[in-house]
Amino acid sequence: MASNGIADRVAIVGMGCTAFGEHWTKSVTDLLLDATSECFDSTPSLSRADVDAYWLGTLGSGQSGLTLSKALALDYKPVTRVENYCASGSEAFRNACYAVASGAYDRVMAVGAEKLKDSGFSGLLRGDPPGDGTAAELSVTAPAAFSLLDPAYCSKYGVDPDQMREAMTHVAWKNHYNGARNPKAQFRSVVAKEKIESAPKIAGRLGVFDCSGVSDGAACAVIVRAEDALDYTDRPMYVKGLSFVAGPASGAMDPAYDFTTFPEVVRSSQDAYQQAGITDPRRQISFAEVHDCFTPTELVLMEDMGFSERGQAWQDILAGDFDLGGRLPINPDGGLKSFGHPVGASGLRMLYECWLQFRGEAGERQLTNPQLAMTHNLGGRPGSCVSFVSIVGA
Amino acid sequence: MTGFGLVAYATYLPQHRLSREELATALGSAAGRGDRVVAAFDEDATTMAVEAARRAVAAQSGQPVSAIHFATTSPPYLDKTNASAIHAALGLPNDVFAADVAGSARSGTAAWRASLASGGIAVLADVRTGLPGSADERAGGDGAAAFVFGDPSESIADVLGIASLTAELLDRWRGPERPDAEVWEERFGLESYEPLIKQATERALGAAGLSHVDHAVVTSPNAGVAKRAPGLVPQAAEVTGSPIGHCGAADLGLGLAAVLDRAVAGATILVVSAVDGCDAFVLRSTDRLAGRRTAPSVVDQLAAGGTVSYPTYLTWRGQLTREAPRRPEPERPAGPPSFRGDSWKFNLAGSRCTSCATVHLPPERVCKGCGAIDAMESYSVAHRTGTIATFTVDRLAFSPSPPLVSAVVDFDGGGRCALEVADADLAALAVGARVDVTFRRLYTSGGVHNYFWKARLLDPVERN
Repeated sequence: MASNGIADRVAIVGMGCTAFGEHWTKSVTDLLLDATSECFDSTPSLSRADVDAYWLGTLGSGQSGLTLSKALALDYKPVTRVENYCASGSEAFRNACYAVASGAYDRVMAVGAEKLKDSGFSGLLRGDPPGDGTAAELSVTAPAAFSLLDPAYCSKYGVDPDQMREAMTHVAWKNHYNGARNPKAQFRSVVAKEKIESAPKIAGRLGVFDCSGVSDGAACAVIVRAEDALDYTDRPMYVKGLSFVAGPASGAMDPAYDFTTFPEVVRSSQDAYQQAGITDPRRQISFAEVHDCFTPTELVLMEDMGFSERGQAWQDILAGDFDLGGRLPINPDGGLKSFGHPVGASGLRMLYECWLQFRGEAGERQLTNPQLAMTHNLGGRPGSCVSFVSIVGA
Repeated sequence: MTGFGLVAYATYLPQHRLSREELATALGSAAGRGDRVVAAFDEDATTMAVEAARRAVAAQSGQPVSAIHFATTSPPYLDKTNASAIHAALGLPNDVFAADVAGSARSGTAAWRASLASGGIAVLADVRTGLPGSADERAGGDGAAAFVFGDPSESIADVLGIASLTAELLDRWRGPERPDAEVWEERFGLESYEPLIKQATERALGAAGLSHVDHAVVTSPNAGVAKRAPGLVPQAAEVTGSPIGHCGAADLGLGLAAVLDRAVAGATILVVSAVDGCDAFVLRSTDRLAGRRTAPSVVDQLAAGGTVSYPTYLTWRGQLTREAPRRPEPERPAGPPSFRGDSWKFNLAGSRCTSCATVHLPPERVCKGCGAIDAMESYSVAHRTGTIATFTVDRLAFSPSPPLVSAVVDFDGGGRCALEVADADLAALAVGARVDVTFRRLYTSGGVHNYFWKARLLDPVERN
């Protein structure tokens, strides 16, 4: 891919993130104010008036820049509303970074927010244009779409379905274990593996514990030129790589696609690694925040990102490689599974964990001396998706 | 006797069976025997007509279809032609006439006579409903039959004589807003029909120049006529009735098809349909019949199928409203995109690149294989079989009959798309399982029926 990248040209100097969960008493306006206030309160040298431009990522909790400018009573600032499925927050961040790197602005903010729990329905809702009623993605829910990975993976690699189930259970167990150590997570309890496996089935073999939490929340980041970063904080987080890929959706129509990989993730990971100068991700990356929307997704991602050999992720997961104390901790904050998944906020929430880890502020789940981290945000479904990858460093 | 002959026929019976014993137990009524043939939640007169018509068109010897006359007592739409969906599902050119003949069971005869007179397909289909505990619920049946009339030199049966008598008779009636019909006392209808049947039979046999026939099929929505049928047609060596219980406009078609399924060459067949008068046809099979039959036969379809519970049946017919998943109902299909994409929605036609042969389902303008733009030809997979690449059972999704079963299907000869699975046997779902496709109604939203294709698991021995 032809990405020049903007390695070490911009840095995050302040972040905020609300607790994720069922915030019956908070509107999206409240969540936007809470997240941005935390960021400004913890960055004394920066006020709202200092931010030159804003990007807001949300799937459907508001339209246009007005959703943010009205909530924060902004003083006639440019606000861009970004929507790119579940990667909306990451996309707000990516575009905000480019605005600083281009020289157009000195200080910008990326905000992600979603208010899912006002609809009264389970899972995500879609707002699609009028159609002919034939599109499978309109009738098949997200858990069902991602559950397709399970039988396909077992079939391709000859994995016993019971062992696959164990690996999926381990992913859920691990992310709950991590989330239990995170005061902002939606689900903050360790869940026994027996309980995970015996949960009522939602789709295919996915039970409720295989699915990410449906929640409300918001998160944000202030981005400045790297050379200015120390003016705002003594521990900025530098952007090393940013990649985004929208696939041609060929997996939905191409019999060669086998539902055991996300080609979009492979491409965006390789692009981001190249931008950041990473040649051996298993050793160079300290930890990763990945899009564990459903347990088999995280399993497949380990292979697409090069953390496991093809057909081996299920074994690496069961060996504890990706546990909090493993060789490459994945989702130390609990991930979408346990931290919750307020769609537009999730990409920035992932960066927030990197921010805390690099600053040594991750509490009970603090990793030892992390240097490089990866965040990965996926939107869509197997065969037809968008993928975002960032590499950030202390 | 006309310019057109019967050149092919086929039937379709749905897979589901309601046990009359379970029905009787549930309602505390007199014990019943046997099963009732039941259309699935995603089937209606139009979808079953498509199935029967597809089979019949496949059976005829490559002649173009000149018209569709669709008969039903249960039209899915009023004020909108239902036959146009059948026309689209068959992928017919727009200069083929298609119209409904809807209302009473006599519509079946009307479609037959129209097709006999002017050529084309008479396709007869019905979903018969009645209130819980009614005779229509217990003794009715759902199904479809299609008859293709074309070149008389290709006929599988020649029509030798016809007679039709009309009577204004309050035997059975139903307001357009009701799912259930009302009937007068059975003997009133029976005793009114008896002389009409006698007279129509004599006239038709007279026109055919026959005094006796090998087979007679006698059908009527009046239950007494069905019970007395053998005595009403003494000219026949054998008298049969509806093979599945009264099936409205399709009843005479299913009765005739069941005889054609086993008649020898040269057999004479009398068809009598007593509805608001009486219609009688006399046919003689030709030696082409044996070679033109389509599998599966009525008898084979009756023997197949699986049981549906009475509560599920009531839910399917809209007579029991159950708690739905906590999901929004789907949007109704929009008119313009459905019209623009009608060859996809109704005929499962995608596009195939003329440069690299990559198949796109649904159709695309830019080839995902080679990047060529507007180098596509239309390519339908409606007649293709395929293999399940992966699948899921979605218990969260909205469905008129949860769970929604979805599979990614790779079609033989190229092309992939995700389709719902119809009549899904969850235990038989597997990566590698073989499927064909069937035209169904996914759901109805905002008064619009969302017709589209579903995958259907093939038996270990593939269906024809």
